[in-house]
Amino acid sequence: MPSALVEKALQGDKLSLTRLLTEVEAETPKGIQALDLIYSHTGKAHKIGITGAPGSGKSTLVAALVKELRRLPDKPRIAVIAVDPTSPFSGGALLGDRVRMLQIQHDPDVFIRSMATRGALGGLSDRTEAFTQVFDAAGYDYVLIETVGAGQSEIDVVNLAHTVIVVDTPDMGDDIQAIKAGILEIADLLVVNKADRPGVEGSVRNLQNMVNAGHGKDLNLHHHRFLTEKNQEKLEHIDAEDHWFPPVLKTVATENIGIAELAEKILEHGKFLKGHGLWELKTELAMHEIVARNLRLGLYRRWLEDADKTKLQAIMNDLLEKRISPNQAVKALMAL
Amino acid sequence: MSEKKIRILIAKPGLDGHDRGAKVIARALRDDGMEVIYTGLRQTPEMIAEAALQEDVDAVGLSILSGAHNALVPQVIEKLRANGQNNVFVFLGGIIPEADIPHLLEAGVTKVYGPGTNTQTVCADIHQAIDNE
Repeated sequence: MPSALVEKALQGDKLSLTRLLTEVEAETPKGIQALDLIYSHTGKAHKIGITGAPGSGKSTLVAALVKELRRLPDKPRIAVIAVDPTSPFSGGALLGDRVRMLQIQHDPDVFIRSMATRGALGGLSDRTEAFTQVFDAAGYDYVLIETVGAGQSEIDVVNLAHTVIVVDTPDMGDDIQAIKAGILEIADLLVVNKADRPGVEGSVRNLQNMVNAGHGKDLNLHHHRFLTEKNQEKLEHIDAEDHWFPPVLKTVATENIGIAELAEKILEHGKFLKGHGLWELKTELAMHEIVARNLRLGLYRRWLEDADKTKLQAIMNDLLEKRISPNQAVKALMAL
Repeated sequence: MSEKKIRILIAKPGLDGHDRGAKVIARALRDDGMEVIYTGLRQTPEMIAEAALQEDVDAVGLSILSGAHNALVPQVIEKLRANGQNNVFVFLGGIIPEADIPHLLEAGVTKVYGPGTNTQTVCADIHQAIDNE
């Protein structure tokens, strides 16, 4: 069924696009249907995740990067999704990333949308991925996703972006911080921003050592998956040449220093993924994440609807009174 | 289906550098459960309207202490309407002389707030305006 809102949004009407995003975010029937309609139009955009600690300069870096990418010969259209946290107490949010992005606000081919996490904990909102689909379908060539100020494990962006930039600043920690698992591991590009401050060489050295000690960045493959034949084959034949070694770059985003090099590396990474058959593989892995998550949610909802509520309560009572363990409870619940 | 939140843009148009009031109100609206998009100082009417469009807000709150409200506020409203955002409410706070208020309300401002306004009053007004829509 065609929808006027979707059609106009895909044709470049900003009012329709912005309303469509709102419908998608609120998961209204219209918004859910719209995602079905646009899906066949997706798959062209290069999705770039930007993550890092609060105050590391992500928003300023995004603005500088957008300006740089807009100078490319094909004048790409760019969307920015800026995520900030929702207050766990009031449910409200202060979305302040635009304050650092004033220099790109005038550009008619740049669209910035702020988004609150609304309770999600992985550094994004549950609807961020859906937003990337909308922008992709609407013809935005690059979609930049700025996560909330991230600590060590807000790494959902890795399942969403083709290229992940992790932003660090001088003196964020010693070399032990650099070898911990988590956020640094998901980087395709490591950026030490505020590189005009003391301690920058030490930070660069720590990150460089971390990268050198690895064997290049592995894909996120720790889940069992049911891949298509083609990608399964690719996965079994990943060799040393397919490993990307994340470069460590220095930037001063407020002064536009190091931004051209960063943009260049992003393009290089995109070409690398495409040249090694990894772009398709990553796309499929990302799709698996989405399908798995929605399937989990859908099955749970269906199970809950169908379950005999009296028996359910009886099982939960047994659990709380320690007659059965949580594992035994789950077994009993699944048999309902 | 998740809940629809009230989204509001807080902006300071023109050349004045005093944003304490804007920040206090932004914080109060956040604590009331709204999603507040804060855009900072020295915004032109075009920038404010463009941000309001991209963020699909329900309301725009303007803070002006420079005395330029009679020139700036109608321009913001005009730009919002030109972008098709006909239902976006505009609230104004700052140093606004009594005599100017009728003209501003006529131009499309929903409410005007002076110094000392209780933030709960502002929250209640916003809810009322949007709920009655």
